[in-house]
Amino acid sequence: MQQPTEAFMSSFFSIASPNAARRLFLGRSGFMLSGAAVALLAGREALAAKSKDAAAGDVRILNTALGAELEAIAAYQLGAESGLLQKPVLALAVQFQGHHKEHAELLAKTVRKLGGKPVAAKSKYDFPVEGLKAQADVLRFAAQLEQGAVSAYLGAVPLFGNRDLSKAAASILGDEAMHWAVLRNALGENPVPVAFVA
Amino acid sequence: MIEGALLVAALAAGDPTAGEAIYPRCQACHALAYDRVGPRHCGLLGRRAGSVPGFDYSPAMKRSKLVWNRENLDRFLADPPRLVPGTTMTYAGVPEAKERADLIAFLAQASCGQP
Repeated sequence: MQQPTEAFMSSFFSIASPNAARRLFLGRSGFMLSGAAVALLAGREALAAKSKDAAAGDVRILNTALGAELEAIAAYQLGAESGLLQKPVLALAVQFQGHHKEHAELLAKTVRKLGGKPVAAKSKYDFPVEGLKAQADVLRFAAQLEQGAVSAYLGAVPLFGNRDLSKAAASILGDEAMHWAVLRNALGENPVPVAFVA
Repeated sequence: MIEGALLVAALAAGDPTAGEAIYPRCQACHALAYDRVGPRHCGLLGRRAGSVPGFDYSPAMKRSKLVWNRENLDRFLADPPRLVPGTTMTYAGVPEAKERADLIAFLAQASCGQP
């Protein structure tokens, strides 16, 4: 099988095969689940958005998702630096932040691939820091962000002009749903309280 | 006609407590008291679309000339990109009228003192 070049593998569209995607992301993260999830993102450039309008619409969706991912990275940074998280929860938070970084990186590259300009991280985020006084507060805050992210991706999946991007967004949705469940579990809550997410 | 009457009845019957349970769906991008990826929600009812000072709205939203009354919110929440093409609220919407009514009822009474 032909080995894809690094440049060729740099967006949702260009991961040539599930195996290539798995190798790429295992190499970056060393995390089997992430690699397997991203392997779902196999895309074909020929299936890129059919029109300029559709591409512009896809860029808007991707950029909204990117903005939320960048905020999540900042939120986990806040949590990690708060001094409130104990091992092994701290390691978990850092791991989840790493996933959000991977999501953000891929989203930004795909925006560029579509001819758009990726949104940048804000210089300052407003977080409810006054309410974060214990580990459970940080976990609850993170769980709320992850729950919202699941809903956001669920709401974005049907909007893409390019179905490969819908598949990619669904893959990220799955990852963030796992974060949400693990955080709920860490809080002593039922990790998966319902059969469907909304 | 009947559909319109049903809509009015559904909007009037919104339950803020039920809406509060739906609101976490919005919290990927929004908070009540502060701006995030989306603008803050407190004070939403009666506000002109695209008017929170300092928030970087899409040109489409700034041009929309909408005022967020219950009817406009209901239409927007049902399918945001349909009502405001080009909005960065790239979300398929809340399809159930009762859920939208509940959400609007919650937003109508939400204060800026809440996180």
